[in-house]
Amino acid sequence: MTLCLLGQVDALPPSQEKYEGTQVKLIIATIKPFKLEEVREALTTIGVRGMMVSEIKGFGAQSGHTEIYRGAEYAVNFVPKVKLEIVVTDAMAEQVVNTIATTAKTDKIGDGKIFTLDVEGAVRVRTGETNEEAL
Amino acid sequence: MMKRLNSLLLAAGIAMVPTFALAQDAPTFNEVGPYIMTTLLFLVGGFLVFWMAAGFAMLEAGLVRSKNVTTQLTKNIALFSLAGIMYWLVGFNLMYPGDGWIVAGWVGPFFNITSLEPVGLAAGDAALDYASVGSDFFFQLMFVAATASIVSGTMAERIKLWPFLIFVLILTGILYPISGSWQWGGGWLSEMGFSDFAGSTIVHSVGGWAALAGAIILGPRLGKYKDGRVNPMPGSNLALATLGTFILWLGWFGFNGGSQLAAGTVGDITDVSRIFANTNMAASAGAVAALILTQLIYKKVDLTMVLNGALAGLVSITAEPLAPSLFGSLWIGAVGGVIVVFAVPFLDKLKIDDVVGAIPVHLFAGIWGTIAVVFYNGDASIVTQITGIIAYGVFTFVASLVLWVILKATVGIRVSEEAEINGLDTSELGMEAYPEFSKG
Repeated sequence: MTLCLLGQVDALPPSQEKYEGTQVKLIIATIKPFKLEEVREALTTIGVRGMMVSEIKGFGAQSGHTEIYRGAEYAVNFVPKVKLEIVVTDAMAEQVVNTIATTAKTDKIGDGKIFTLDVEGAVRVRTGETNEEAL
Repeated sequence: MMKRLNSLLLAAGIAMVPTFALAQDAPTFNEVGPYIMTTLLFLVGGFLVFWMAAGFAMLEAGLVRSKNVTTQLTKNIALFSLAGIMYWLVGFNLMYPGDGWIVAGWVGPFFNITSLEPVGLAAGDAALDYASVGSDFFFQLMFVAATASIVSGTMAERIKLWPFLIFVLILTGILYPISGSWQWGGGWLSEMGFSDFAGSTIVHSVGGWAALAGAIILGPRLGKYKDGRVNPMPGSNLALATLGTFILWLGWFGFNGGSQLAAGTVGDITDVSRIFANTNMAASAGAVAALILTQLIYKKVDLTMVLNGALAGLVSITAEPLAPSLFGSLWIGAVGGVIVVFAVPFLDKLKIDDVVGAIPVHLFAGIWGTIAVVFYNGDASIVTQITGIIAYGVFTFVASLVLWVILKATVGIRVSEEAEINGLDTSELGMEAYPEFSKG
């Protein structure tokens, strides 16, 4: 346990001060699964160099639908979506949001949502670079 | 069907009289050919019907939820193996009593273990007008296992393993052979003129009645019927369910074709081929009927219903796969498919939880197929057909009901609420079918 803690401290050289004046944003977007590839292409075209992708289930305005199995109707309360998490510089954030918004749009209910958050700090594990340099 | 009885008598008679044929010239192919051909028919038919055990296992594994798959597979291999032993110990001679009836036409002998011909049987000692006892036993044994598989599918996902297997012992060793003897053993129904070629009633409905009794006593799965609504519990793997259906379909050629019970003449072997073609047509028609009906009723095709539809078509043609034309097989099978599409939600209305649809497929389509015999077989009468359907229904349903009630009152037949929610694989066996899948 002690060893483990020591190891962690060694791996995190940057002090809290280094995070101040952050120029990094986290964009979380939920989109329809079939739009994933199109969105990825659009984002790499504008220079996004990485993203995290998860398959999720959830509900929003679309609030599920009904299906029929062996003659019995049942509610599908959680709809499958893909969640993207993208960390970019402040300067790029708006363009990324706009690109996702236009590419993932189908004009039908359930197209998803996009959130933008401030990121307190970022570290590239291999080099120890921080914030914008870490992206 | 009297053919089976007469041959057994003959075989028994020949076995008692020391052979005199040894000193004579070797028999010509004309003399032994029919025996060899019919024995081959039983062997090929038998291993096709054996393969239906794999079909049932895959169908059921695919239609239960993943937390119950290992238990379902265990039940399938256990029931098949137990049936194989019970049929040797009691079933075969109870079902084909020859002249050994205890109650003539109704109940055969209980303690008459099956024995085979000696090694290297001489032609003069063989039942040359029929087939070898070994092939006959092997073929008939496969049918009883199908009956037990039907029960296993209906009662899946909530029944304890061992009480289920006790039921299988009684069903395959005693109930099925007794009722089977009424017709195929030359009993009272065959004398009355009842007609059930390969067992729409004798095999499939019997399994269906036993399953129905069990489902009523066992009750539905937790949460299946709540607040007046039916909550579907989709199966874990429709690829396996589809594979299982195709395997059953393949096995059915042996089931129906082998039931010609003879292959030694041009007429017989042509009849076997006629049965193969009719059987295939009925399955296709049942599947297509369910395909179209589910699209019309629910606006989407339901694969599980199409699979059930194909099987219902097969069950429907099983009582008379020989006499109908291909068109006859088509409409008889199609009606079977229609029955399934309406019977599945109907059972849900009654809160009878049949996990894989075995009751609509095997019981309802079995009844239909047994009635449909009268359309193409001039020797069958509707009154006799209905008498047979009722006789098998009353005997199997009541006997099964009593047995399930006794099992419930003594050892208990249902797993605990916690075990059912966690899945029978962890509670009954401690072994999962897909241990590397995350829970979701």
